[in-house]
Amino acid sequence: MAQRIDVKDLNVYYGAFKAVEDVSMSIEPRTVTAFIGPSGCGKSTFLRTLNRMHEVIAGGRVEGTVALNGRDLYSKDIDPVAVRRTVGMVFQRPNPFPTMSIFDNVAAGLRLNGVKTKAVLAEAVERSLKGANLWNEVKDRLDKPGAGLSGGQQQRLCIARAIAVEPQVLLMDEPCSALDPISTLAIEDLIDEIKQQYTIVIVTHNMQQAARVSDRTAFFNLAATGKPGRLIEMGDTAKIFSNPTEKATEDYISGRFG
Amino acid sequence: MTSITGHSEADAGPSGDMAATGRVGDRVFSALATGSGVFVVSLIGLVAAFLLAQAVPSLMDNKASFLTSREWQVSAGDLRFGIADLLWVTVISSVIAMAIAVPIAIGVALFLTQYAPRRLARPFASLIDLLAAVPSIVYGIWGYFVLRDFVQPVQTFVESALGWFPLFAPLTVSGTIFLASIVLAIMILPIITAISREVFDQTPAAHKEAALALGATRWEMVRTAVLPFGKPGVISASMLGLGRALGETIAVTLLLSVTRGTFSWSAFAGGETFASRIANGSAEFDTPLKTGAYIAAGLVLFVLTFAVNAVARIVIERRKAFSE
Ligand SMILES: Nc1ncnc2c1ncn2[C@@H]1O[C@H](COP(=O)(O)OP(=O)(O)OP(=O)(O)O)[C@@H](O)[C@H]1O
Ligand SMILES: [Mg+2]
Repeated sequence: MAQRIDVKDLNVYYGAFKAVEDVSMSIEPRTVTAFIGPSGCGKSTFLRTLNRMHEVIAGGRVEGTVALNGRDLYSKDIDPVAVRRTVGMVFQRPNPFPTMSIFDNVAAGLRLNGVKTKAVLAEAVERSLKGANLWNEVKDRLDKPGAGLSGGQQQRLCIARAIAVEPQVLLMDEPCSALDPISTLAIEDLIDEIKQQYTIVIVTHNMQQAARVSDRTAFFNLAATGKPGRLIEMGDTAKIFSNPTEKATEDYISGRFG
Repeated sequence: MTSITGHSEADAGPSGDMAATGRVGDRVFSALATGSGVFVVSLIGLVAAFLLAQAVPSLMDNKASFLTSREWQVSAGDLRFGIADLLWVTVISSVIAMAIAVPIAIGVALFLTQYAPRRLARPFASLIDLLAAVPSIVYGIWGYFVLRDFVQPVQTFVESALGWFPLFAPLTVSGTIFLASIVLAIMILPIITAISREVFDQTPAAHKEAALALGATRWEMVRTAVLPFGKPGVISASMLGLGRALGETIAVTLLLSVTRGTFSWSAFAGGETFASRIANGSAEFDTPLKTGAYIAAGLVLFVLTFAVNAVARIVIERRKAFSE
């Protein structure tokens, strides 16, 4: 069950430092949206506000609204824990729980939700691992540590872990930056498949990847170091890559940047 | 050509310009390091050999079974001594101390690293480090004059509620194992807390965020990321605490009522640990044979502590496989 996201006038702070300024955007259900932009422009920071992971960092706070199907995630009566169960996240560096087996890693989220029945867990683990294109590689060693997999496999394990709880939105922060081209391709295929069910937002430094996987692209930039990052433009990926409105966007995607 | 040991031409060390020149500083340092290592090891070896040499004649003369006898009779010409009671009191007092201290230490360490605001956590952590440095005699005196009055009602309550269980059988002793255990627990609490705090603090942010992003509450995050990561560290910290509790002398000697000849499985009995028996018996160190009996008891304590430390080492070694 995918959901739409509407961000309005969002400012994001680390203590006194304003990292992202005045972002408004809409993300449609069952689409893949790519965030691109130079390093330090606040893509990760902004992404993490979409599931309230930003406030986990000491001093992290936001102004503005982020609405999921019309409900503001930051209103007082919303529990951040519930938000994160609805909006899943995959990090840049694969981070499986090192002391857990492959099975337990994938089952971790379900166990947090109180699922205890063996059969239900086993079924969900298999479905998620298949969904993450990892099942065939690990089905014979589900009880082995997750940290014993290759980097690409670990990242797919993390994706399996994230989709096991059936979130409505999946956020991915440079999920392929530590991976070889083949694993990258596997994950791109995976994104293509799962976008039928999820709303996906992906941060990437790889222009080809953004062009390949996303329906919409948002370009972030910052005026100067120390200044907050801003959303420069957002539109259909085809348009952004062929005929962007802003000069800065064109410079960035054509590599004529800075 | 490859030899059996797997060496080949290619394995040969650097030659020509690449050869290690053995700088003076390196050589001096390596000699110093090797020298002090050898010195310490041989010193320990010599001490052990000396103690053993002292203990053996007494053990040969012992008319009771050293390992199973409850007697402790070391008058000249009639040596009868066994460590059964000492072993029990030493182990049970330390185990009770651990049962009290470890959960509290984990709780405090988790609070300091995961829940307390930074502003509060820093001074609190330093305070705990300070507590670890308080001399044990201070804990002993405090336990004797202050804590005893507070422990008494607890003891009475446990005795009346669980007195049917041998470990809690009621007795009329003022300096009980239970009291000593509580003081031991307070003594080892700071060191276990301090080390646990450090390992919890080192939990990689990536693991914690992984848990939080799955929708874990803070306690669930602690359970899925922090505790599994910190477990080996907590175990070795506990072993360190246990080692201290087993060997603690002065506070235990001060607190425990000596009740020779009456043995009870109850934690509300008095008794003596290895260390307190040796301290209490210092007046009897007048002939080599008598002294040897105490040294033999000390050696058992040494082996016990050594075993505990060895276990801790093994756990720490195993932990390496899990840290990235
Ligand atoms: N934990 C933090 N505390 C304080 N400032 C931070 C923190 N994390 C990031 N920042 C700052 O916020 C700004 C945006 O950082 P962010 O990581 O969001 O950039 P990014 O677009 O994801 O960059 P990259 O492409 O390199 O990942 C930067 O100026 C960065 O220094
Ligand atoms: Mg980033």
